Amino acid sequence: MRRNKQKEREHLFDRPQNVKKFLRLLYAICAALVLADLVYLRHVTHTWETLFGFYAVYGFVACAILVLAAKEMRKILMRREDYYDLDD
Amino acid sequence: MIWTTELQPFVPFYVGALLIVLTRGYVRLAVLLLVPVLGGLQLLGVEPGTYWELRFLDYTLTPYRVDRLSLLFGYLFHIAAFLGVLFSLHVRDARQHVAALLYAGSALGAVFAGDLITLFVFWELLAITSVFLIWARGTERAWRAGMRYLVIQVLSGVLLLSGVLIRYHDTGDLGFEYLGLDGLAAWLIFIAFGIKCAFPLLHNWLTDAYPEATPTGAVFLSSFTTKLAVYALARAFPGTELLIYIGAVMTCFPIFYAVIENDLRRVLAYSMINQIGFMVTGIGIGTALAINGAVAHAFNEVIFKGLLFMSMGAVLHMTGRINGSDLGGLYKTMPITTGLCIVGACSISAFPLFSGFVSKSLIMVAALEQGYDWVWLALLFASAGVFHHAGIKIPFFAFFAHDAGIRVKEPPLNMLLAMAIAAVLCVFIGSYPWLLYDLLPFVVTKSPYDATHVIAQLQLLFFSALAFAWLKLSGLYPPELRSVNLDAEWMYRWLGPRAVRAFVGVVGPIDTGLRQAVRRRLRAVADVLWRYHGPHGVLARTWPTGSMVLWVAVLLGMYLVLYYL
Repeated sequence: MRRNKQKEREHLFDRPQNVKKFLRLLYAICAALVLADLVYLRHVTHTWETLFGFYAVYGFVACAILVLAAKEMRKILMRREDYYDLDD
Repeated sequence: MIWTTELQPFVPFYVGALLIVLTRGYVRLAVLLLVPVLGGLQLLGVEPGTYWELRFLDYTLTPYRVDRLSLLFGYLFHIAAFLGVLFSLHVRDARQHVAALLYAGSALGAVFAGDLITLFVFWELLAITSVFLIWARGTERAWRAGMRYLVIQVLSGVLLLSGVLIRYHDTGDLGFEYLGLDGLAAWLIFIAFGIKCAFPLLHNWLTDAYPEATPTGAVFLSSFTTKLAVYALARAFPGTELLIYIGAVMTCFPIFYAVIENDLRRVLAYSMINQIGFMVTGIGIGTALAINGAVAHAFNEVIFKGLLFMSMGAVLHMTGRINGSDLGGLYKTMPITTGLCIVGACSISAFPLFSGFVSKSLIMVAALEQGYDWVWLALLFASAGVFHHAGIKIPFFAFFAHDAGIRVKEPPLNMLLAMAIAAVLCVFIGSYPWLLYDLLPFVVTKSPYDATHVIAQLQLLFFSALAFAWLKLSGLYPPELRSVNLDAEWMYRWLGPRAVRAFVGVVGPIDTGLRQAVRRRLRAVADVLWRYHGPHGVLARTWPTGSMVLWVAVLLGMYLVLYYL
């Protein structure tokens, strides 16, 4: 089961440049999606939606808040793995 | 002929469970696979209508009632049962197969129940049969988690029965139809449904028990109980405004827990509450579009959440580990499982062309159309969040992230096949939703695929991914840690036992003292009684019969004298 370094072939994300390529692709898609807002005619129903890049900003901010808030929650909520086992 | 439309859908599953006990080897495998296939084919020939009514004591029961809503869930539960059976085909433990078939059968029995008594019976059977899928894990933790699960599930049934009996007393009506949130009976039934539906604060049985089930058991568990509760709510409480807010809370709070949870199946359990939240919101909005969205999302969720539970079950089965902190780098030796897991992740995240998109967007549009702006924003937040914790976190920490050095093969063929079928269904429904739309309770007219929706959704998702990349690269992302996170269950797993112990500590001595005092008094009284009435007591001596006769004669004489006076 353990890794055999000599024998094993190299995998996709073993090379740092592949990870970089992957990230660049992500950045490019994000940029294209925001720019797309300028190109096509949008059929929106709500005023918030008309703001430029509303969904993009909302998605980014929502996730950042989610993760950072969850990280803070750990300070209050996190206990040892066997926390309940002592009582059960 | 028995093989007619009169045959209730749960019967083949119960008979199948019996046959499992009687058969061995390949025959048993054939029985397992044939039950959901033949049952499903038979159901395809069933038209809406009432098929069976009977009188039991004073009640008129309708154990088999078919309409569009129950048919849709009937089809869904057959698909789920087939996927689950195929996924668990390698399991040698017959108890698990029996429990799984009985569990799926009970879910079908409840879906086609036309009255509340029948619903109650299957509601409880669902609890009792499913707990064996948890206990089959064979660990002390699983045993205790299963016990807690069973207590809470049975409590839900007891509340349901109380509500039903009060309702019968008040109205004389036992029909499982629209109830509406009015009066004590309806509230009891509502809370009973709410427990099974994992309403906030009533939700911990799900996150507690499902991750402790066997790798295959969790797949079954994720398919039936909560979706049956969604069905029950859609039938009895559509358009109840309270559900909109309950649903919105359900979509938002679990995702915080999912981000910091280490056990990846528990992450899925939290994300399940999040997905059910969308359905509950849809039922609360109650318009044709919203109900369609809720029901369609339940349909899709069973398949994509099943797929995700299958992929994590496969990981657990092959590696024996399930914590994000212990996994990573599995894409190198499990590329097919990785790919199938990513399909599930795309579906739950509602990527265009995947199944989640075609159902969730119905609910989002309905929320916006009815003017629930803030609810819509909450749902949007949850949509970004679900991509984050289920769409990215699950595949990332299991298959990519840091290389944990685990080199295991792909799971057995039956597992791969079950995952592949689920993945095909996810993509098929996502790309061509009309087959599903035609089954929905109301007519769907608009395609979810217009440029505005697609691009908006893609923006939301890709920028969520961007946020993940940024947080990960900058080191702000919280690491996976072996830990327990406090949730509402703290009340009954920590506070409850301590409160009881403290209570016993204070009241115990008082109680003992009181008992002793009372016992002393009683003993004193007994001593007095003994002295006078005991074998040697003055008043207990036996008297000759003659004296008795004498006294009777005296009494009669006195009576005579009094009479003459």
